[in-house]
Amino acid sequence: MHEWALAEAVVSAVSRIADNEGFKEVVEVKLKIGELQQVEAEIIEFALAQLRTEKMANTKFTISTEKAQFKCRNCGNTWLFQHKEFADEVSEAIHFIPEVAHTYVRCPRCGSPDFDILGGRGIYIESVVGVGKDV
Amino acid sequence: MYDPRVQVIDERLAEVRDILIVSSAKGGVGKSLTASTLALLFARQGLKVGLLDLDFTSPATHVILGIKEAHPVEERGIIPPKVHEIKYMSLVYYTGDHMAPFRGADFSNCLMEILAVTKWGELDLLVIDMPPGIGDATLDVIRFMKKARFLVIATPSILALSAVLKLIELLQTTRAPIVGVIENMKTGKSKTVEEQMRRHGVTFLGSIYYDNEIEKSIGDVHKLIKTRFAKSLKRIISRKLFRCEDRGKPMFPPNSTAEHFHHSCHH
Repeated sequence: MHEWALAEAVVSAVSRIADNEGFKEVVEVKLKIGELQQVEAEIIEFALAQLRTEKMANTKFTISTEKAQFKCRNCGNTWLFQHKEFADEVSEAIHFIPEVAHTYVRCPRCGSPDFDILGGRGIYIESVVGVGKDV
Repeated sequence: MYDPRVQVIDERLAEVRDILIVSSAKGGVGKSLTASTLALLFARQGLKVGLLDLDFTSPATHVILGIKEAHPVEERGIIPPKVHEIKYMSLVYYTGDHMAPFRGADFSNCLMEILAVTKWGELDLLVIDMPPGIGDATLDVIRFMKKARFLVIATPSILALSAVLKLIELLQTTRAPIVGVIENMKTGKSKTVEEQMRRHGVTFLGSIYYDNEIEKSIGDVHKLIKTRFAKSLKRIISRKLFRCEDRGKPMFPPNSTAEHFHHSCHH
């Protein structure tokens, strides 16, 4: 499961942010997961619980999902991505590397593969709240 | 919004000792062939080698190495399969060898995703095959891979040389280490490439004469390793790239300056 690799990235990034901000303890981390990648929030939560560092012992991880929205560069059409329209292998490929959507997805209006992924890809840290600044 | 992938890239490459970026600003000069053959040659020397194809829009190393059935394993990340003793990673696993029409931001996202989730483990050397140009791929490699050292491929073509000099200018401007330049597809006796490299303070590693039989070896590594091209490349790397020993393993000089070379020997 590559959710573990993403969770490792989150823990590593939060550790760095906490160090930079001088937090003794990280209270809350808000994460946003893109729907395009179909990352399993439960696996991420489980992986975070296993990987968390001392500073994150009591951290509340909040995970929200973001709709996968595309905008065609050719005709300007915007649309939402629907996984059920694609075969399992395609969904799985997009799960690993969201950009391969350009290989499989076409604009429903003009058929172009030239579109922007407006939102709903990847995993992002929205905010990190910590307490007890080191002096 | 903070992208956590950036943070984990160094960790993913922590056990990779050397990263060799096979690049040229010009297409069709033999980058993919050089990268593939180098990976094969080093693997046959007993080194732990990885090969990553960053030419997302026109990947070729899987064609050169005849890789058809391999697929990565998921285990807390993506573990590249070993093919011909090379840990091999390419976007073709996910595109099914269909088109990947990427714009710049897509390229960067794709590169970051691959670097953030691929678990190479311990490698003596990671060879990276680059797309032509000095745009997104080159800039991202310089930005994300601090261990990267560039092996530049030129040809006697004035057009190729003109583009290669721009790549060298970029690498020198950004202080990215250049291992040296190989002149591929040589036909005559012109020393223009060698002279130009000397003028720009870049190590000239050697020339490989045009091999009109090479096409017949594409897809068959046993044939490839016996080509004149592979033999010439082997001569160049044995003479110029294995310059000192470190725990019994070859080391690459980080760049052409004696100071840096000395440092790498005692590191």
